[in-house]
Amino acid sequence: MTTEASLRFVLYLGVMCALAWPLGAYLANVAERKDSGPARWLAPLERVLYRVAGVDATREMTWREYAFALLGLQFVGVLALYALQRMQTHLPLASEQLAAPAPDLAFDSAISFVTNTNWQSYGGESTYSHLVQALGFGVQNFVSAATGLAVFFALARGFRRTSASTLGNFWVDVVRATVHVLLPLSIVFSLALVSQGVVMTLAPSASVELLDPTVDAQGAPASTQTIALGPVASQVAIKQLGTNGGGFFNANSAHPLENPTPLSNFIEWLAILLLPVACCAGFGRLVADRRQGKALFAAMFVIFVPLAVLTIHAEQSGNPRLTALGADQVASADQSGGNLEGKEVRFGAFESALWASATTAASNGSVNALHDSFMPLGGLGPLALMQLGEVVFGGVGSGVYGMVLFALVAVFLAGLMVGRTPEYLGKKIERFEVQMASLGVLAPCFVVLLGTALAVSFEAGRAAIQDPGVHGFSEVLYAFSSAGNNNGSAFAGLGANVPFYNVVLGLAMLVARYAVIVPVLAIAGSLAAKKSVPPSAGTLPTHGSLFVVLLVGVVVLVGALTFLPALAIGPLVEQLQLGAGGGA
Amino acid sequence: MSSQLLIAMRLLGSLSLLCGVGYPALVLGAAELAFPERARGSLIESNGRCVGSELVGQPFDDPQWFASRPSATAAQPYDARASSGSNLGPTSPALASAVAERIAHWRGVAGSDAAVPVDLVTTSASGLDPHVTPAAAFVQVPRVAAARGLDRARVRDLVERCIEERTFGILGERRVNVLRLNLALDELR
Repeated sequence: MTTEASLRFVLYLGVMCALAWPLGAYLANVAERKDSGPARWLAPLERVLYRVAGVDATREMTWREYAFALLGLQFVGVLALYALQRMQTHLPLASEQLAAPAPDLAFDSAISFVTNTNWQSYGGESTYSHLVQALGFGVQNFVSAATGLAVFFALARGFRRTSASTLGNFWVDVVRATVHVLLPLSIVFSLALVSQGVVMTLAPSASVELLDPTVDAQGAPASTQTIALGPVASQVAIKQLGTNGGGFFNANSAHPLENPTPLSNFIEWLAILLLPVACCAGFGRLVADRRQGKALFAAMFVIFVPLAVLTIHAEQSGNPRLTALGADQVASADQSGGNLEGKEVRFGAFESALWASATTAASNGSVNALHDSFMPLGGLGPLALMQLGEVVFGGVGSGVYGMVLFALVAVFLAGLMVGRTPEYLGKKIERFEVQMASLGVLAPCFVVLLGTALAVSFEAGRAAIQDPGVHGFSEVLYAFSSAGNNNGSAFAGLGANVPFYNVVLGLAMLVARYAVIVPVLAIAGSLAAKKSVPPSAGTLPTHGSLFVVLLVGVVVLVGALTFLPALAIGPLVEQLQLGAGGGA
Repeated sequence: MSSQLLIAMRLLGSLSLLCGVGYPALVLGAAELAFPERARGSLIESNGRCVGSELVGQPFDDPQWFASRPSATAAQPYDARASSGSNLGPTSPALASAVAERIAHWRGVAGSDAAVPVDLVTTSASGLDPHVTPAAAFVQVPRVAAARGLDRARVRDLVERCIEERTFGILGERRVNVLRLNLALDELR
């Protein structure tokens, strides 16, 4: 990277960390039900929600009760969202020529938003009414992110409590995460976005007269442009903050009415990483040892930076095939240069690649450029960040609880080396915890590889591929890496709105979410019941650089052993073809 | 267990009201008060009619206008009812042939073997990109000046004045809003 690019890189990450770290302290207060200052003004709203829903806020839940309550809310959420989509033509605000989505699409979209994935096999502005977007997808943007925070709170309590049988109350955690964290932040961010030009209106569209009339695909003259509008800003704010990622428009945050300016881009980018990073700081406070949060963050940061730099470098270097044809991709005072296919001029290669890295490191999945058109190594970065299990910052709450699973595996490995029972945060890590951690770590890997293998083995899976050659394989691998880790971004050339992909990816998203959440809660329950052991001379300190190196090693090793063969068939071979000038 | 499901239903209902109705309504009201033009799509009026959104690109083919980037939207170029990019991969033969065709077009216009600015021969992610790079605008100056019978230096000067700089000197990229440039062009005569 150039000095100027490095400076921007440092600025982006620096501002984000400076805002996220203090927010972590606030998150810890929300988890511990300590409200001070303005946060107390929200207490009445919280009480209303408890009363309406019939929640006894003083009741504690065992890990099983907690898990059942969680799954119950997800189950009801999927049903409601499915019904809302299917009935959209009979409901208000469906003024455009919209049809009811097909059952397989409604199934896929319902699971996608409830699991915080926000994989979209549809184009928003041409498929769903404003009502479904706000009351269906918008609500699950909040609830799914709040669910992630709740599990994170419960896990932290598992470490903190001793000889306890309970983990808190799921309903209270969800309500507090929504009312105290997600809603206030979303209001502030959405107004900032409107100031930049992100639209916020109930008008379905605006019609304008073209200065220079054009012809449509059928060759008929077209003298007007119809611009789809909607209540976009409120949706975009929570989509970014809640690591959801589901765009209001098909082009997501590349659409000029969803992300119009460099400043809106900066704000939306900040919102991707803000809460996942705040969760690291919050974790340290919740387990009463802030160094532990810093260690988790350090491990994530060490993995993030090289992959982000790789992606930025690949995109800024441009496409040698286009240079050979006569395109000028060299950066100069008058153009930003680089690979601009599938990118917007206002963002250029740098900000597109930096966004791609952040959105796949966090399990956000929103895009401001088309990942499918990235250079082979530019696409490898985002692919790898998802395949590492969405623990490099990861989702809201889910990034930290996912990383803790890796930390348990890491202390277990260290324990094997010296022949002692491993400990983490003062709790003995025994057989049950290691089994559950392995399950949570391996389930997404299994889903990604099995799904990819299935899809390329059946005609129904191969028929949706757009690009010929190895890039076509990358499209499928990307789809399952995304759904199988609840990310939601895509190599969107894949025509995924067909029953095969809608059903298989829907199931992949379910497994990826709950085959991690349930083991995490089981571990939390088991840890809460244990006594705390004071550290001894034989305890591996888990806040030092030695542990960070070990943790990074475990994450990278699991990812590399699982996915290198698949990456070799996809982006790595494509890169070699590009270098050799060979055909696709 | 059934009592928990009942709570789930009631909680989802009340959160739907709060986050799916109350929250968008609050943002809608505040946006309408604070930034009404922006909230409605940053539409531009010219001679009493709505000629476009400042933020949404339009197709320009006639040589008297500065051209926008190629658009991959399906029904018509710059179709703002259904945003979309090409999604073509870097080694795609379809991408190579499309770019070769566009380069031939611009070399025909500019009459040279010079390299063509990459944004002018590639499609954007949204298919609605309102901008081109300054380099892509400068390349078009002779063509527009000739079609309008204007002095090249005046047209080039206009492009210079239409360049939007990076925000705070560091965010985003230098660019030219094609619709704004073309509207300004009409006022040159």
